[in-house]
Amino acid sequence: MPFIPHTETDIREMLDAIGAESIDELFDEIPESLRIEGLEGVPSALNEMQVTRLMHERAAQDRDALSFIGAGAYEHHIPALVWQLTTRGEYYSAYTPYQAEASQGTLQVIYEYQSMIASLTGMEVSNASLYDGASAVAEAALMAVRANRKSKSRRVVFAGGTSRTYQKVAQAIAGTQGLLFDESPLDPARGIADPEQFLAGDEPPVAVVIQQPNFLGNLEDVDALTDAAHAVGALVIAVVNPTSLALIRPPGEWGEKGADIVCGEGQPLGVPLSSGGPYFGFMTTRAALVRQLPGRIVGRTVDVDGKPGFTLTLQAREQHIRRSKATSNICTNQGLMVTAATMYLAVLGEEGLARVAAASHRQTQKLVSALTSVRGVECAYDTPFFHEAVLRLDRPAADVLARLAEHDVLGGLDLGVDHPELGNALLVCATETKTDEDIERYRALLAEVMNEQGSLASAG
Amino acid sequence: MNNIPGDLKYTDEHEWLRLEDDGSVVVGITAHAQEALGDLVFVELPEVGQEIDAGDGIAVVESVKAASDVYAPINCTVSAINDALADTPESINEDPYGEGWIARITPGDRGDLNALMSADAYQEFLENLDD
Repeated sequence: MPFIPHTETDIREMLDAIGAESIDELFDEIPESLRIEGLEGVPSALNEMQVTRLMHERAAQDRDALSFIGAGAYEHHIPALVWQLTTRGEYYSAYTPYQAEASQGTLQVIYEYQSMIASLTGMEVSNASLYDGASAVAEAALMAVRANRKSKSRRVVFAGGTSRTYQKVAQAIAGTQGLLFDESPLDPARGIADPEQFLAGDEPPVAVVIQQPNFLGNLEDVDALTDAAHAVGALVIAVVNPTSLALIRPPGEWGEKGADIVCGEGQPLGVPLSSGGPYFGFMTTRAALVRQLPGRIVGRTVDVDGKPGFTLTLQAREQHIRRSKATSNICTNQGLMVTAATMYLAVLGEEGLARVAAASHRQTQKLVSALTSVRGVECAYDTPFFHEAVLRLDRPAADVLARLAEHDVLGGLDLGVDHPELGNALLVCATETKTDEDIERYRALLAEVMNEQGSLASAG
Repeated sequence: MNNIPGDLKYTDEHEWLRLEDDGSVVVGITAHAQEALGDLVFVELPEVGQEIDAGDGIAVVESVKAASDVYAPINCTVSAINDALADTPESINEDPYGEGWIARITPGDRGDLNALMSADAYQEFLENLDD
């Protein structure tokens, strides 16, 4: 059955009605040179039975591993209520509700989401979400250039600990729109940006990006970094883990004036790891910058009878109206993921989220302490962390991780790939889902692997 | 019928310009433009001292249904802006040629002003638009 339910007759009638010969004629404006004949690498269609079989086989490859990998996506317990409510027919849509008269429930969910995220980040306004954390960083950089009209610069500086993946995505999206990206040096002893060196000797950039906790799990001196950036007229983009904000100071309170734009990956709030997506990005800012905020925004208003209601607002700068001059031409909201996040935050509440954050921090402390008791493993930094930390091994992390995986333990992220300058470094994470027994299982297995490889090495 | 003061110059982007004795030029949008946009809710103004090329945006006027650019009609430098529009964008609706002025500019080349339309020419331009 074709996915598009138009018969040949339907199509012919529609073409006749508008006076076009063929469907191809509708695409006349696109030059031949920009068209492609087919999509190489996209296999031919499978039927439902074949797809089901394929997905079962793929899922089985994941097995039931014990994962200590974080690095941007985090395994948290999701109360059953969250997806039970989210998948109800009334909510189960990824689409943005343009029709206020038919979408009050969905619009209110998004409005509640915006209120929660604004409150969590300590900012005044939130949009209805973006694709994911990485593209949110790119959108934040573009927004900063629009908002900071006093600056002549098009350069955005990432604090040294910012996720390299986020940096690459920002480069891919915003680099083609005239933005230049730089990375400030990381203090090798502490694994955070040194405020003294942060913007030293540079022409002042239009904006800086500070990730807290940074990609290595460490807590940056965000007050000093924020003030240093504001002192040279740069806007501050904060990239934050939403769970951590239940415990640490929100970006709205960084330094003297607070961050200007806050964004990040929303996945930890009720969205399963799910092989990497779909996730959602969040973005908040000060009220003064709301007109530069990309994406949908839901507002609360009153109808003709004075009854409260919800509607999309501040749409005049969106792509369906302002076309190429819109605040963004690639963003949408992730309606379904945002619904889950709203249910998650509503179920946990302020206290529940703080308990999740505290338990994650506590279990990570226990993990680091357990693993560094193994010979050949040490903690790379003495810097405070949230729920991730860097371990330094006496041999390449990849070899150790491969042996652990044979025992269904995913021992962390090998930093040798994106951060070769850190040596044999391993990024480990524990959330509230990792019990003391899980941590002991990892420690014992790691000791065995290090011992066995160590004796193999000495025998060789 | 639209209100088109005889002492102003006009562009086909529905902007008016008032040539002042001191050589500066005041820019705004016409009664026709504000009517087409509807109730204005926000005006994004340029920075004083900003140099703008002819055809580039000098301001953005936003109504509940659209955000539209106001283009610099000539190469110019911004010498003053109407800060009051931040709080009262509706001035543009109520008094487009007076309280609703947007910016004062210094032309790069005064000769460029000769290419602008007179009130009569703009009136004719509007009538042709209606056809």
